[in-house]
This record gives sequence, structure tokens and C-alpha cells, in this order.
Amino acid sequence: MKKWTKSSMILIPLVILIIIAAMNCGKEPQQRRGARPGASGGGSDIAAAALATYVPPGDLDEYYLFYSGGHSGQIFVAGVPSMRHISTIPVFTPYPGTGYGFDDESREMLGEYTWGDSHHPSFSETDGEYDGRWMFINDNANGRLARIDLRDFKTKQILKIPNISANHGSAFVTQNSEYVTMATRMSAPFPEGTYADVTEYATKYKGLVAGIKIDPDDGNLTVGWEILCPPFDYDLGDAGKGMSDGYMFWTCYNSEREFIEGGKLEVTASQKDKDFILVVDWRAAEKAVKDGKGKMVNGAAVLMPDQVSDIAWFMPLAKSPHGVDVSPSGQWIIGSGKLSPTTTVYNMEKIKAAIQAKDYEDTIDGIPVLTYGSVREAEIPVGLGPLHTQFDGRGYAYTSLFVESAVAKWKLPPYEDGADMATYVVDKLPVAYNIGHLVTAEGDSKSPDGNYLVALNKLSKGRHLSVGPSIPESAQLIDISGDKMKLLYDAFTEPEPHYAIMIKADKIKAQEIYRKDDPQWPANPNAIWAVEEARIERKGKMVEVWMVAVRSFFAPDVIRVNKGDTVKIHITNIEQTRDELHGLAINDYNLNMVIDPGETKTMTFKAEKSGVFAYYCTNFCSALHQEMQGYLLVKP
Amino acid sequence: MKDVFKDLTVALDKPLAWQSRLVVFLAAIVLIPALFLPLWHMTFESQQYPEGLNLYIYTNDLVGGDLGNDLVEINVLNHYIGMAELKKEDFVEFKWIPMAIIIFVLLSLRTVIVGKYSTVFDEFLLLISFGAFSLWSFFHRLYLYGHNLDPKASVQVEPFTPPVYGHKMVGQFDVWSYPSAGAWCFVAFILLLLSSFIFIRSWRKSDKQSAKVM
Repeated sequence: MKKWTKSSMILIPLVILIIIAAMNCGKEPQQRRGARPGASGGGSDIAAAALATYVPPGDLDEYYLFYSGGHSGQIFVAGVPSMRHISTIPVFTPYPGTGYGFDDESREMLGEYTWGDSHHPSFSETDGEYDGRWMFINDNANGRLARIDLRDFKTKQILKIPNISANHGSAFVTQNSEYVTMATRMSAPFPEGTYADVTEYATKYKGLVAGIKIDPDDGNLTVGWEILCPPFDYDLGDAGKGMSDGYMFWTCYNSEREFIEGGKLEVTASQKDKDFILVVDWRAAEKAVKDGKGKMVNGAAVLMPDQVSDIAWFMPLAKSPHGVDVSPSGQWIIGSGKLSPTTTVYNMEKIKAAIQAKDYEDTIDGIPVLTYGSVREAEIPVGLGPLHTQFDGRGYAYTSLFVESAVAKWKLPPYEDGADMATYVVDKLPVAYNIGHLVTAEGDSKSPDGNYLVALNKLSKGRHLSVGPSIPESAQLIDISGDKMKLLYDAFTEPEPHYAIMIKADKIKAQEIYRKDDPQWPANPNAIWAVEEARIERKGKMVEVWMVAVRSFFAPDVIRVNKGDTVKIHITNIEQTRDELHGLAINDYNLNMVIDPGETKTMTFKAEKSGVFAYYCTNFCSALHQEMQGYLLVKP
Repeated sequence: MKDVFKDLTVALDKPLAWQSRLVVFLAAIVLIPALFLPLWHMTFESQQYPEGLNLYIYTNDLVGGDLGNDLVEINVLNHYIGMAELKKEDFVEFKWIPMAIIIFVLLSLRTVIVGKYSTVFDEFLLLISFGAFSLWSFFHRLYLYGHNLDPKASVQVEPFTPPVYGHKMVGQFDVWSYPSAGAWCFVAFILLLLSSFIFIRSWRKSDKQSAKVM
């Protein structure tokens, strides 16, 4: 009897389990993890999402998506809607994959740095529309700004700007690519290089914002002007367009202007109820510098607001703000305070009127504070932790909610008098997880396309195969073409996108070959185009080599030098066929260049180790790629 | 039978009717573009060249597609099998074909002014010989390229002849070879020359009529 009870205790639940399983069997096709309806972080209709994102073999994506690579110092290029990663553009970090940081030119551009923190890429614009010429990106760590040419997807310039400390509010471009923004996030003693203890933070430390001039012909960057500001942390920015053309905006936190040792900035900088948006009239700043009102400090013309008026103003904003975003028309300036459940809409008309009327509620270090009630249009209760806002071109805004892990869709003004602002928040989509920035197709331009949105999530927590503790970043593609947002796809990137921009694919005219004698590229005096021109010349302790790489050999394939010589190799890849790249690696000399079809690169090194060192082609080129090799003989 | 040849000889000995002169003049005009248009067009297609490589043979030059780079590419590929570099200097045809075209144009213009049907006929014969020789020469050159392969080449292939007309597989390449615009100028030239003979008949008729009157 006892035995029977015991076994029934096991058997009965087992039978029940089998019955339940059988009942469920064949009911519904099994849904994949994460895509199941009601799954945490949002799910989607598999069939609809698959159709919307599937790009068949051989077909092309509709958009380019450029993600910043954060502390990887790079930019990642993906296609939308497939979200496939296509390429990586090295900017602030050497990248052996393309030989970046090994040849003389890129090495000189990187200077003393081996890394950078790339945060916010932006496109050059013509009349507020992306024109597909250049891309700019900031280095948050070392006060630098880079320009990437979108004809060949290569970094062409890295500009180190004096006085700026932690360039975060960058790189935002004015509507006709006149200027790109820069700003100090971590105030430091001014001028750059000055020593002052943190106890003197409030007086000796300064923040700066800057306008970097873009040459309209070649995109060359030069310092335009800098404005000395109180020691707040200038965070994110945007440049005005349309109605707000001529203005730049930056949010700032730590308006408490203190850094108390051991006091935790996260606490000390959150004491006041409001921080600010800094508004700069860049045409006025440009004129002031032209009129000689700037003081040259470390090679930059710095404007002091207590001496030069009518160039900068503050607008109060809910505390600890991050994003400030200009609507497509330029009329609405959206500021989001991370610690507030609302996002604030400012009206450019009202801002201009308040500036005109000198409607100030305070003045800080010579910068007037516009009366909050006079410039604010509305506060929208979008949800918890609003960070960044993008637009669809149909009158809606999309704000990322970090704390809530969601995207809120809400209506831009006009609003009815006395209406409940919550009714203007029309949709909300959960994301996985903790969204930072977001981007809509052409979302920073005057005419966003309103079809795709990519949520850049800070955490991904198990929505991908595990790769250990170095968890990749998550990006989710969202369809915003209808009334309701729909989650389409999860994609993952390496660390760590902070911002992304999306451009219609046909706006970029990328070239895959450097054509011989093409006048659009600067001529390289060391280019040689025939095997017969390959040669080695010695001048004292300098050995200069003019080398040709072509399938599947190097000419010359033997270089003889003496220990201690300086060796300079100019190598031309004389191929004119796309995808025929060649590499030149010298074993045990820590050198590797990659030379694209029609490109000439120069690499200089000191032959400090004697012996025989093979060199070979690192970038696969042909069936006889393995045979593409030579020898560097270094005589002791 | 005798009469046929006699009639033909008499007819060919007649000066050209005005319609025939017009047609021969048109023929001369139509041939001029052949100097500037490709005579032959070869296309090389394979999996890794989705756009194909194009080679255009002009009367005086060898031009690759893609701004000339396809020829460079064809030569780069050919070097693996030890084929000699295709280069303009090696084609003697490029020296005499333009001259021959100019001669045909001048001959035609001469015929328009002082021509008899027999000169048109002679010109036609000359052209056929020239055309046949050119095609043979072209074929022979392709044969030489495909059969004089460097024995030390890294990739050993059986000697071959690329196609002169139509399709042929050469290694991994689908090769197509067809006459191009310049060659069609030649065809138009021949057809116009021949069509000048259509108007012989009207001559013969009026000839007979005038004979009756006499």
C-alpha cells in the first residue's frame, strides 16, 4: 500500500504533465526567444518583422547606419533594414585591418594617442539636408575632432583643439556646414595646461564651447572661435536649422559649479532643481572674433561673455539634462533632463523674443539666463529618464527613456490650451534594455524619412548568445511608419555606440578604386605606376624604396639595408580593379599597411634589428596570394 | 549564255545612274564612322566579375572597358597563364586598317564622280578580300596569343583560341565575341554598294529604248 502511494506521487504529476504537453502540442508554432509576444523588452510579429528586414542575397539595404564606436575609437557602418555590419572606419585608434595607424600619414594624424572616445557622428549638410560629403566625429577623451570623407570612408583629418577638456557636445553641424560644434564636458583650469586645485573649481576652472570652421570646398577643419563659460559640464548639443538657423545649443549639468573631493559628483551635481541649455548665436560670435574681440589663448580666439555681450544665453531646464534636439522645422528645441519625467519644448520664436526684450531672470559670469516661463512652450510627461529626441517629419517626436527602457512617441506643438499634456504622448514601445540614444532615418535633417528608428541600448542582458562578461551593445530596429511603433530586429555591435546617424543609401557616392590620375584626389609625388619604375635609393643612412604591389608580387622583392638605417617604403598598389587590395607586412617589425587599388602609402621605420625578415601581402588578393612575398635583409 | 556575260559586261561598263551615285555616296559616308567606332567587342564574364570585362577592338586601338582598366585586368589575369601582354604596339593591323578605310571612302567618292558599275564591282571584290583577310588576321592573332604561352607560367593551361564570333568557355570565363558598331558600318557599306546595282536595270531599259529610236 505504502509502495503504491509513493509511486503514485511520482506518476500522477507526470501523467498530468504529459497531458498538458500533449494539449499544447501542435497548437501554435514555437516562437523564437525574444520574439514571443509580451516578451520582456518588446516582441514583434515574426512574419511581418522578417519581411520588413530581410534583404535577400545580393540585394542592398536602403540606408547606411553609422554608429559611433565609443572608446573603440571607431565608427561602425551597417545597413538598414538588415542591420548587417558592413564595415568599420578607424578614426582615433590604429586598425591593422585597413593598415590605419601604420603608414606615415595616418600615424602622424593619430599623433601621440593610441585611442580616442568617438561619440557623436554627424553629416555635412546643405540647406539642412544631409549631402553625403563628409562625416565628423568627436573624441570625448582628448579634445579632438575628426573628418571622414564619404567618398572613400576614410579619416582625412584629426584636429586637436586647444582649451577644450573632454569634447562631448560635438560634432553637430550647422545647416550649411559652416561650423561643427565642440564643448568642454569636464571643466578644467583655464587656459589649458594651468594647474589649479579642485578646491578652486568654482573660480579657476572653466568650461568652453567652440565653433570649428568647415572649409566648404575640402571640408578642412580649423578653429573658428571659443566662448569661455562657467565651469559646468557641457553635455550634448545640436545646431539650429530653419527658424533656429544661426544658433547652437548645449545642455549642461553641474550648474552647482563645484567639485567636492569625495563628495560624489553624481550627488553634488544634482542638488539644484534646474540646470541649463546654453544658446549661442554663432554668427554674432563669428563677427565678434572678426572684430578682434577675441583673446588669443593657445592659438584659439576666445570670447569672454563678461566683455562681449549678446553671443550666449542660458535657458533653465530640468536637472541633469542630456539631449537637446532641434525639430525639423527648427522652431522647437527639445531638452530632456534625465532625472525628470518630462521633456521640455522651447519655442525658438519665444527665445528670440526674450533675447530681444532682454527678458532675463539671472546672469552667470556675464551670460544672461532667459526667463524660463518666457521661452518654454510645454513640458511633456514622456516617461522616466528622457535622454534624446528624434523626429519623423510628420509632426512627431521620439524620445528615449533610459530609466523606463522605452521609446515614447509624442506630438510636437501646437497644443490646445489647457489640454492634458499626457494625451500628446501617443505611443510607447519597450526596448531591451536601457536605451541611451536613438536615431531615425535622416532624423537630424530638415526632412526625416519617418520609416525607421534605431534604439541604441546600453544593456542587452541575454538577448544574444553569451560571450562572457564583455557583453556587446544592443541596437534595435523599430518601424515607425505607422501609428504604433513596431519592433523589427535586434542587432549587436562591439563597444560602444553612443549615437548613430542614418542616411539614404543613394546620397553616398562611395568610390572603390583610386583611379590613376584622378584629379579629385591629391596627387602623391611618390606614386609609381609601372614595375620598371620600382627602385631603391640610398642617401647616407636613409634607404628609400619605391615599390609596386600588383597580383601577385612586390617589386622590389628584396630590400638590403644595414642595421641602423632608416627605411622609407613608398608603395603603390597599381591595381585598378575593385577589391584588389594588397597588404605589406614586415614580420617582427610590427608593421602592416594595406594599400587600396590605386593608392600610394609611405611607411618609415628604423632597421634596428639585424637579420632576415620576410615581408608579405596580408590582404588576400589572388590564387597566388600566398606567394606574394619578399625579404628585408638587415646586415649587422 | 554568251549574251548574259555580254549584257553584264555592257551593263558594268555603263556610267552610274544618278540613283546609284547617291547610294555609293551614302556608302562612303556610312563607312567614315568605322574609323572611330569599335569593330569588335569581346566580353569576359565569370562569377567574380559580375559586371564582366569588356574589350573593344577599334581600327587602330585596343580599348578596355571601365575607362580602359578592363584591358589592364585582362593582362593581369593572362600573366598567370603566361600569355603575352595584349598591347596596341603588337597589332600591325592597327597601322593599315584605318588607311584601308580611308582608301575605300576615297575610292567610293571617286566612283560617285567618274564611276562606272565596273568600278563599284571592283571595289566590292576588293572589300571582300580585305574583309576576309582582316578576319583571318584577327583570328590568327588570337590563335598566336592563345598558343604562345610561357612554359614557365604559374598556371599551366592547354593552348586555346579565344572566340572570334560567338561564345566559348576560356578557363572560368564565358567569353563572347561579336562584331560591333564599326563592323556594322562595313556591312552597311557593302549593302549600299551592292544596292547601287539595282538601278542598272532602268539604264538597260532606257538603253534599249534609245536603240529602238536609232
